[in-house]
Amino acid sequence: MVTTALFFIFAGLAIACAISLVYHKNPLYSAISLVGVFIALSCIYVTLAAPFIAAVQILIYAGAIMVLVVFVIMLLNLDDDKPLNRLRYLYAVGAGLGLILLAQTFFVFYAVMRSPKQAVNTDETVGKTLNIGSAMYTEYLLPVEIVGILLLMAIIGGVILARRFEPTKLELVVNNELERRNEQEIEDEYRIRL
Amino acid sequence: MEAIVKTIFPVAVISVGIFLAFQGVLMIVAYTVLAERKVLGWIQGRIGPNRVGWWGVLQPFADLFKFIFKEDIVPDKSTKFVYYLAPIVALTCALLPIVVYPFGPAITTIDWGFLPYNLGDNIRQLPMTIAQIDVGVLFVLGITSVGVYGIALAGWSSNNKYSLMGGLRSSAQLISYELAMGASVIGVVMLAGTLDLNGIIFAQINSPFGWFIIPQFIGFVVFLIAAFAETNRVPFDLPEAETELVAGFHTEYSALKFALFFMAEYVNMFTVSVMVTVLFLGGWYIPGLSYIFEVGSIPYALFSHIGFIGKICAFLFFYIWIRGTLPRFRFDQLMNFGWKFLLPLALANVIFTILIVYFLNR
Repeated sequence: MVTTALFFIFAGLAIACAISLVYHKNPLYSAISLVGVFIALSCIYVTLAAPFIAAVQILIYAGAIMVLVVFVIMLLNLDDDKPLNRLRYLYAVGAGLGLILLAQTFFVFYAVMRSPKQAVNTDETVGKTLNIGSAMYTEYLLPVEIVGILLLMAIIGGVILARRFEPTKLELVVNNELERRNEQEIEDEYRIRL
Repeated sequence: MEAIVKTIFPVAVISVGIFLAFQGVLMIVAYTVLAERKVLGWIQGRIGPNRVGWWGVLQPFADLFKFIFKEDIVPDKSTKFVYYLAPIVALTCALLPIVVYPFGPAITTIDWGFLPYNLGDNIRQLPMTIAQIDVGVLFVLGITSVGVYGIALAGWSSNNKYSLMGGLRSSAQLISYELAMGASVIGVVMLAGTLDLNGIIFAQINSPFGWFIIPQFIGFVVFLIAAFAETNRVPFDLPEAETELVAGFHTEYSALKFALFFMAEYVNMFTVSVMVTVLFLGGWYIPGLSYIFEVGSIPYALFSHIGFIGKICAFLFFYIWIRGTLPRFRFDQLMNFGWKFLLPLALANVIFTILIVYFLNR
């Protein structure tokens, strides 16, 4: 009973945050709403006896990725008074995709209701870290390795993209800055002597 | 009647436990502020606060009342909602980890009829932790990493360039040092074989090396340095560097909202000290105490608590000492140090620990 109540509270919170994420025009508000969605989801994971997934959800999505997003938004300092140029024709595509998602949800719900009920695994160690770790490194080793290589590729790609403009440019800027500063100082001294 | 006792008393016991834990931590935090002012005074050849109460012992309360009665100034063009949200986020994320602190060993007693945790056969166990969760280490790291939003949003919403710079610096710094911190914890987790904070303490009691500071000395040093950066303390206090940024992200905050940030910083210091103590210094475990008192008895738990708090206070003193001793980093030095020195060192430590664990289990 308590679990059901908690589920509805956190599911409602997640949906409310998701709606606010889509409707806010200020990107920073959207980012904060997304953090709210992540936190609500992680609370649902806790009620589903998966504390490891919940902690990782908070640690990685809310604590690392969204901090980067917020950082970029703050760095760019986007003005919220400029009207956003929304792409109108995408509304139809979005509506179509949403309908497909809804249909899929109903199909999954229907399929689950139709299938014979399996005995609930009441073993308390299912969601525990030890079991997740041993499962990842025995039964699901190949997917883990593949995902690892994929992430490594993403990191290398990111480094290459960021380094495409030759890296000496930064030093040049620094040198120019230093030279300019020296010139300025010399000039100042000159002025003082005058 | 008995049913009411059976349902209400466990809840009451847990509520009292939660109250005591939070109250105790907040009192220690309040007196950390006084200790900081006193010790900094001695380091700098001053006396420190000594007017309120005998030897200045009531100074924290005087500060609190001052914060409450100060005028609350809100900048005119700030983003109001986020401006109010930021200190709340900061303090909430600082206080939440108290839930998993392992304050001491569990007390084993006979069944008095109202204790919550049943161990079977009329023996009840009263753990000295509010919530014993399986992923304590990850929980603490995750919640503290969410605390960045408090600082970043405060900097953004104040509509002040110094605040914004402070917020930006803080988020960049916290992201960088979080990696080194997480990587330095991996070694401890591998040696202990668990993410549960109490489990890590028990692993240290049973370990052939003793406390994990011995096999994990590199991890300890990396964690300690990263912890200074995570809590925005000297020498990593660039988000609030007063010589450059006025007061950094909390320039525009006054009265109680500033007090919330202030408190969050000191509670974070406490949290990090707890983590260092639990991960590397054996938590509440005092060697040899089990020869004097029976394990599970009340005096054993009491002295373990004192040992735990003592270790934490030693680290809090270390924080203050460093603040009185070291100058501040420059921002590029900070970034280089984090990414090019600490992170590789932490990763090397992980590989070293893998070798240790491999040869131990062979």
